[in-house]
Amino acid sequence: MEKQFKLIRCNINGKDVEQMVDVRASLTDLLCNDFRLTSVKKGCEVGECGACTVLIDGEAFNSCIYLAVWADGKHIRTLESLLGPNGELSDIQQAFMEEAAVQCGFCTPGFILTAVEILESGKEYTDEELRKLLSGHLCRCTGYENILRAVKKTMYRRLGRPVPEA
Amino acid sequence: MYDMKALYEAKSVQDAVALRLAYPQAQIIAGGSDVLVQMREGKRAGVELISIFGLDELRGVTLEEDGTLRIGSLTSFSHITKDPLIQKYINVLGQAVDQVGGPQIRNIGTIGGNTCNGVTSADSASTLHAYEAIVELTGPDGVRREPIEEFYIKAGTVDIRPGEIQTAILIPRESYENTYGHYIKYAMRSAMDIATLGTSVNLRLSADKRYVERARIAFGVAGPVPLRARTAEAAANGQLLTEELAERFAQAVREDIQPRDSWRAAKDFRMHIAVESAKRAFLEAAKLAGGVL
Ligand SMILES: Cc1cc2nc3c(=O)[nH]c(=O)nc-3n(C[C@H](O)[C@H](O)[C@H](O)COP(=O)(O)OP(=O)(O)OC[C@H]3O[C@@H](n4cnc5c(N)ncnc54)[C@H](O)[C@@H]3O)c2cc1C
Ligand code: FES
Ligand code: FES
Repeated sequence: MEKQFKLIRCNINGKDVEQMVDVRASLTDLLCNDFRLTSVKKGCEVGECGACTVLIDGEAFNSCIYLAVWADGKHIRTLESLLGPNGELSDIQQAFMEEAAVQCGFCTPGFILTAVEILESGKEYTDEELRKLLSGHLCRCTGYENILRAVKKTMYRRLGRPVPEA
Repeated sequence: MYDMKALYEAKSVQDAVALRLAYPQAQIIAGGSDVLVQMREGKRAGVELISIFGLDELRGVTLEEDGTLRIGSLTSFSHITKDPLIQKYINVLGQAVDQVGGPQIRNIGTIGGNTCNGVTSADSASTLHAYEAIVELTGPDGVRREPIEEFYIKAGTVDIRPGEIQTAILIPRESYENTYGHYIKYAMRSAMDIATLGTSVNLRLSADKRYVERARIAFGVAGPVPLRARTAEAAANGQLLTEELAERFAQAVREDIQPRDSWRAAKDFRMHIAVESAKRAFLEAAKLAGGVL
């Protein structure tokens, strides 16, 4: 079978890039293999677990069910984009550490990127709403409560308010 | 890597039509949340794909001159839910598609894909049936419009003809004006699960809010394709709005549907939840419409 390639231009983590991509590749393949962005995990590869989540133009997508060629013209962010210039952690990453929301860490990059979409909306959500907004991710370790706490804590920090008493 | 033979990317609707005619064996891909998963599962090995994902002109919700609400086929679920026109005129549709899968699926999944897959459990389908949505298809001979009930032929098969793609879902003003609806998805889990049953009810009340002027109800997973429950509708039309009417309306559903046994639920159980959901959705729609009970 003849291989088919396409030249795409996109912005990955703030950098404009050009890449020849195999049309059969998923966006996970592109980010993981061609750009060595290893925070993008391959879990189920059928859109169920969220381990491969990235932000495309500010919205969270499962990169495993997204064709790499579709990235043409898009702004893509992975977990690597959150690090400060000297390797500092962002507020949401820090909160995941403080709340022990990370155990094996496989689900963490995905969860954090969905959290970034939630936090960037600048809105205040109830616990119920946050649970729903985080429901596209599976975690086999933490039991989710600590993850919810980390996202909630960061949401209130960014809103400049204390976390309300339960 | 996906097991794919070739990818043809459409640059415009006309180009998509030309590609459909040039490669009749190829499969259309919109958001890909059905197609790519099926490819991962090993179905469709070596498939040729026509991607319409890049056609931004098929994204978004607009109001046409005659009041028809036009939803571009590539509009994602999350954009439908957030859209001000949807919230104003047919909030129940935004509410229904906000129950699809999880957030990332709602960012990629399109309403076009949700109807073209011909699946009875599709979360948009019952509401679109209950609002008598019109499906717009564009093909070599131009644009064709067809009621959604006729668009669904049988499980997994819809009326898309050679060279055609679906370009919009239209909601006539007559359907949404002064109308309030509620959707109930019954599933085993509250996220990332397919409906065991989907129930969508909408009501238009009389000016004094005491009578049901028009009731509409449709189900997903109560038959091989989504379907209207017209006996139930007739039982409520023109009647005084009471709790007892909700019960009569719900019981009448038994005349209209033929749920089946599947691993998800037994026939009797589906019938039970159909009656109960019809009642609850009716009461909720009545409340939203400002009804006095
Ligand atoms: C993890 C997961 C969970 C899910 N949960 C739900 C759920 O809870 N409820 C639900 O309803 N669905 C669910 N789905 C299914 C899927 O997301 C939806 O059916 C979605 O609407 C498909 O849209 P798409 O654009 O991704 O379709 P695609 O996969 O691109 O296409 C679907 C089908 O429609 C055809 N098609 C698409 N667009 C057009 C068009 N414009 N013209 C002609 N043909 C077209 C394609 O050829 C294909 O046959 C889930 C999927 C996944 C992966
Ligand atoms: S690897 Fe993409 S959702 Fe599981
Ligand atoms: S920390 Fe291990 S899967 Fe979530």
